Amino acid sequence: MVDLRNKLVLALGERDGIPGQALLTCAESAGARVIYVATQCFV
Amino acid sequence: MDLEEQDAIRRVAEGGTREQMLVLLGTPTAGSTLMTALTLSQGDPSYAGPLAGIPLGLPSFHILEDGVREAIPPDVYEREIGPLEFVLDKEGIVAALEKMRIETTTP
Repeated sequence: MVDLRNKLVLALGERDGIPGQALLTCAESAGARVIYVATQCFV
Repeated sequence: MDLEEQDAIRRVAEGGTREQMLVLLGTPTAGSTLMTALTLSQGDPSYAGPLAGIPLGLPSFHILEDGVREAIPPDVYEREIGPLEFVLDKEGIVAALEKMRIETTTP
């Protein structure tokens, strides 16, 4: 298991994949601190 | 990863305790996963962006990896990721990351 507790997380989502906001919610629920979040779009 | 994104991440990474940092990816394909993970670990492989020649050394994990999923409360994971787990190429994404980790680990 990846220990996310107290980690500083850069959450990089993608519009055609999983959005950054969903990654942020997941990471924070696992005890991480999200320091950067983005959802890339390549259209 | 576009050039503005590379620059923003470089500033964040250089401004904090990098040993505590990791990247959590939501990229849709094995190719995009590999390219992003390599860029944030070894530097921009295309040598086109602000991270060209700048190995930040950030470890990357994908939200679909079992080890990541296990760290997240099941109800949160189900609500936020849900069916996307079965739509995206989980097998290919995980295989690409594992291959990269083996190839970039110094013996």
